[in-house]
Amino acid sequence: MSSVATKPVPAAEASDGSKSSEEEETSIGRQAGRSALETGANEKKQARDLVYAIVENQRGVLHRISGMFRAKGFNITSISIGESSSPDLARMTIVPKGDEAALQLLVKQLQKMIDVIEVGTIRPADAIERELALVKFETRDMKSKNEILELSNNLGARAVDVSRDSLVVEFTATPERIDYFINEASKSGAIKEIVRTGLTALRKGL
Amino acid sequence: MKIQVVKLSGSQSLIKALQNEGANVLFGMPGGANLPIYDELSKSEIRHILVRHEQLAAHMADGFARVSRRPGVCLATSGPGATNLVTGIATAYMDSIPMVAITGQVATTSIGKDAFQECDIVGVASPVTKYAFQPTDPATIPSTVKKAFYIAASGRPGPVLIDIPKDTQTAEAETQFPDTVRIRGYNPVVVPDTLQIEKALDIILKAERPMILAGGGVAISGAYAELQALAEALMCPVATTFKGKGVFNETHPLALGPIGMHGHIEANRLILEADVLLAVGTRFSDRSTGKVSDFVPKTTVIHIDIDPSEINKNKAVDLGIVGDVKASLRALLEAFMRRARRNEIKKWSERFQEVKESCRNEWHVDMSKISAISVLKKLREVLPPDALVTTEVGQCQMWASLHFDVIEPGTFYSSTGLGTMGFGFPAAIGAKVAAPNRPVLDIAGDGSFNMTEAALATSVLDNIPVIVVIMNNTMLGMVAQWQRLFYERRYHGVKLYGVPDFVKLAEAYRAQGLRVQSIDEFAKAIKLGLRSDIATIIDIPISPEEDVFPFVVPGTALKDMIVA
Repeated sequence: MSSVATKPVPAAEASDGSKSSEEEETSIGRQAGRSALETGANEKKQARDLVYAIVENQRGVLHRISGMFRAKGFNITSISIGESSSPDLARMTIVPKGDEAALQLLVKQLQKMIDVIEVGTIRPADAIERELALVKFETRDMKSKNEILELSNNLGARAVDVSRDSLVVEFTATPERIDYFINEASKSGAIKEIVRTGLTALRKGL
Repeated sequence: MKIQVVKLSGSQSLIKALQNEGANVLFGMPGGANLPIYDELSKSEIRHILVRHEQLAAHMADGFARVSRRPGVCLATSGPGATNLVTGIATAYMDSIPMVAITGQVATTSIGKDAFQECDIVGVASPVTKYAFQPTDPATIPSTVKKAFYIAASGRPGPVLIDIPKDTQTAEAETQFPDTVRIRGYNPVVVPDTLQIEKALDIILKAERPMILAGGGVAISGAYAELQALAEALMCPVATTFKGKGVFNETHPLALGPIGMHGHIEANRLILEADVLLAVGTRFSDRSTGKVSDFVPKTTVIHIDIDPSEINKNKAVDLGIVGDVKASLRALLEAFMRRARRNEIKKWSERFQEVKESCRNEWHVDMSKISAISVLKKLREVLPPDALVTTEVGQCQMWASLHFDVIEPGTFYSSTGLGTMGFGFPAAIGAKVAAPNRPVLDIAGDGSFNMTEAALATSVLDNIPVIVVIMNNTMLGMVAQWQRLFYERRYHGVKLYGVPDFVKLAEAYRAQGLRVQSIDEFAKAIKLGLRSDIATIIDIPISPEEDVFPFVVPGTALKDMIVA
């Protein structure tokens, strides 16, 4: 198991999704991505597995699940939710925080919920992990604009909105690559806004 | 599947669906947003029991459910009616009691507009219910009710809320009444894994000092006979949690009584000597374990519970078995019968009998003087073993746990999880509705009884006679005890000054009020209450200085128990 650092550029298919949180805490992207759902407790050991849940796609489900996290004191790094292969089911991907025991309790509490049809964990080695980020830069000169465009091009990100003094870049990648992009690009232009979807994942193969 | 299709209003569907579930009693209070339901209720066979505050309706439904082991049903209007139910719903949730709480809601067209008496009760109640429904299509009401009863009563039971907007109550629809419902995300495991049972038995048979810790799950699954049979087969002493008090005859030679903060001395001492602990239907609450890291740290613990999320939640265990307590105990017993060999545990039998006797001798009770202890010992003498007993919360509750032995299993009910003062009296009324031919008695203190005394109106007017014994120390006694022990007797906010006069209060409600000054008078008053066809309130003055001991101070371990 190798810990993925923020530098150099992580491989597109990072074999290990474990996050060394101390380093990432300094990156703008991580902080922005986390602020909505975490309560800020720092734990010693990071659970490495991702949790997915197939849930009833109906009113109030997100409220129940987020309420359970709050009531039981679970901290999470991110949660993403969207429709799944069936329109009456939604799929959530949760990046938990805390140790192995906390992960086990979280999975059991999710299983206990009546709206939750299926819960599973995905080991990072088996996971295809992606996150989408939109990053808006203030680019007062052509030099900085070109630098960001070049970086985007090299990493596989793309500019989706360009105006005289601003630039919006869309980047779908692993969280580590997004962190890297944000970190590097911020040297070339002032970041005005960031939005990240949180991690979503599927298990490789059938 | 047999399906009938008829055109009905939401309220009509609700009443019919409730009757289909066998709900023939409902505790409730009307209001603007549940009037259509009340109108249909008036035309039905369902017995409606009117309360004077919705919290009492929830506690009554709770008491009814504990005795009948079927979901209790309560009904309130929107807004304050619904929020008043919440304490009672939370009480049931913490004690895993099946309940279906029905609330009226403002019309769907007004939801979210901050309409008069609007409250997002689904949001409020979510953390304290197993599930909360808000049907907005009258055609879905029968399946919603069916699901609610199924969820409330199955697996680890608990309260379920159905919040029905007023326009859904009145709207008509072609309505089907399904015989069964399927909830794909809800499949509680009932039957324990055979291999796990065999593994558990291996551990138990090798034990030198085995002990059973029985929790409330034994009562919920009605496994009294299985528990006794297994304990006797294994010659294994049985301690309980407080929630499990009375799931095992406390006068049985193998009984040790409850462990915990105010547990029996012998139970708290002996559980630390066990080498194998079979814990059934318990969540290892802090009240039972004391400081959990020091709770049976070297003992091999087997944990049986129907709720998988309880395994390793509070206490890391050596073997977790998911299953219904009754089914699991039966499987263990059957597996035991198939095997013959086991370790000799004669030494252990002698040891626990010796500790038990010496601990029982630590109590010196002067039966000629009134004290909490003498009152409860006398009560046990006078009260028939099949009488149902509820308690309030505080000193009276802990004294009852320590000094009132439950003889017939499953006849003792208390708010053990949430610790809701005022629970005992309305719960006693609910219990009496479920078992009208049995005596029902609430062991109370003045502070707790004060909180829900308005249930006297229901008891008198609906002819539901129960007995309330108020051990009156004119104090919020447990808080006073803590202020005495931990705050250098700086009493603040605990003196109640003997107000109100409970005899006069009883009379004001047309009930029977009796004040007694001696143990003999007390015994006579109980006998009078047992014969009475109206509620009997017995006010018995006790010392404001009497403490509850033993005491395991929160944050300390069972071994640090203060005996006196």
